[in-house]
Amino acid sequence: MKHVIVGAGPSGVIAAETLRKVDPTSSIILIGDEPEPPYSRMALPYYLIDKIKEEGTYLRKSSSHFGNKDIDIIRDRVSTIDPKNKSLNLEHHDVINYDKLLIATGSHPITPPIEGMDLPGIHSCWTLEDGRNIVNKAKPGSNVVLMGAGFIGCIILESLALRKVNLTVIEMGDRMVPRMMDQTAGNMIKSWCQDKGVSVHTSTRVDAIEKGSGDSLKVKLDNGEVLDADLVISATGVAANIQFLDGSGLETDEGVLVNDRLQSNIADIYAAGDVCQGKDFSTGEYSVQAIQPTAADHGRIAAMNMAGKDTVHQGCVNMNVLDTMGLISSSYGLWMGIDGGESAKLCDNDRYRYLSLSFEDDVMVGAQAVGLTQHVGVLRGLIQTKLNLGKWKDHLIKDPTRIMEAYLANTQAIGHNAGVI
Amino acid sequence: MLRSLQIEPEKCTGCLQCEMACSYQAEGVFNPSKSRIKIFTFHDEGRFVPYTCTQCTEAWCLHACPVEAIVINEATGAKEVIDDICVGCKVCTIACPFGTVNYNQETAVVQKCDLCGGDPECAKACPTQAITYVDSDHSGLERMRAHAAQNLPQDNA
Repeated sequence: MKHVIVGAGPSGVIAAETLRKVDPTSSIILIGDEPEPPYSRMALPYYLIDKIKEEGTYLRKSSSHFGNKDIDIIRDRVSTIDPKNKSLNLEHHDVINYDKLLIATGSHPITPPIEGMDLPGIHSCWTLEDGRNIVNKAKPGSNVVLMGAGFIGCIILESLALRKVNLTVIEMGDRMVPRMMDQTAGNMIKSWCQDKGVSVHTSTRVDAIEKGSGDSLKVKLDNGEVLDADLVISATGVAANIQFLDGSGLETDEGVLVNDRLQSNIADIYAAGDVCQGKDFSTGEYSVQAIQPTAADHGRIAAMNMAGKDTVHQGCVNMNVLDTMGLISSSYGLWMGIDGGESAKLCDNDRYRYLSLSFEDDVMVGAQAVGLTQHVGVLRGLIQTKLNLGKWKDHLIKDPTRIMEAYLANTQAIGHNAGVI
Repeated sequence: MLRSLQIEPEKCTGCLQCEMACSYQAEGVFNPSKSRIKIFTFHDEGRFVPYTCTQCTEAWCLHACPVEAIVINEATGAKEVIDDICVGCKVCTIACPFGTVNYNQETAVVQKCDLCGGDPECAKACPTQAITYVDSDHSGLERMRAHAAQNLPQDNA
């Protein structure tokens, strides 16, 4: 059996390793189009602040890791796929045939339709190469404009602030991380950043970017303001890398359409990670989540199915955790709540603490937290196990911080009548 | 022989000596907030429940880590965080559905139970043997039975 995986990010790497484990005699090829060994984009913000060297971003630390597992890495870009002949055309290598194919090509930063986005001095923060460019240009005291205060924008924000640049953030939504957290939390994060000396403009758009004097840029905002910038970083969202699939017969929408085995409309082709429109645990619908835990789950499950071990994907809980200049926030599932569902909220604006839990009947379906680092994972546990909370739902409405107790009370023998002794 | 922490909440008096021992072993300070094992209090039932990582086979934390900073100690079976490799991204803290991996803002890395390399201080510090370190094959059965029984007649605790 010959497995070919396109994309050497977390999903592709985990799929390759899983295949080696469950299909030991197969041949496995992993194709990536970047020059470095497989690395993690998640780690780039820590590279930007010199917490780690480039090697620190690598997904696997041992240089012989892939060789030892007999996983062939090819550095090239797939130009087209030919499902009829079960083959791939590469830009520089000969045609590669496959028995089973995994599309794990991830996503790319989108360029907003704004005049001047092609000027030098405007960068995304997506690849190690982008990281090197930013490290070179984001010197202490330089003027940096960050477009987008979504998840990625907020993560880079901290790195930039730590590099002691003069930072201005422009977000068109009415708050920070609008697709991850509600008004209360988004504004709490905004006021935290402003308090730390970062200028944050929400409900603001960039109209155009023009060349300024020397190497600098002029960023024109829709409120008439013009900002001088030595560096503009664009973090306005990502989209799945599906362009190369045009004409292949593979069905796509936001990403590659798959069933609950992560199998595409073509039987021998699977998809995983940011490029895959997989099942969402909370909604039951198929959407692109583009998060690390989902990429890891997809990689494993797709590989099991490719190896002929039928494995159902139950759906991933959408979740994020973010550190914005020391303020840690997280959100899970249907954090925005549901119609007719109850919620439990605890908010302390002065201390930057917020916890919001959403319920459907007595089951937790979503949560968001600001300033909470202890036991946050149990929020996932409560949501994904669909635990019936019984009277603990009322306890949580009175005091949402008792999430661990609610979990333990419903999963462990702790009551008077536990009867263990 | 692989060993596990066996926790019997009905023996716990809530003295927190396990938390002190853990914090001292792991961080060099007596500070329960730094402990990897936590005692949860149930006033209404008059119970205290020690809880920490079960070193689960699924190891969501390990699989979610983007930089291979969580590894299995082959001798103890513990999933251990390598501080020098952890970048502090916290993905494992939301991935662990048991809530037993926590981010430490002072050290900027995550922390979880590592079974103290095979000689857990919490078990040694516990005066009532609510926490013991036993053959993995012998742990858990009584608690599973008790939990099943507790859920049998009607509602749970």
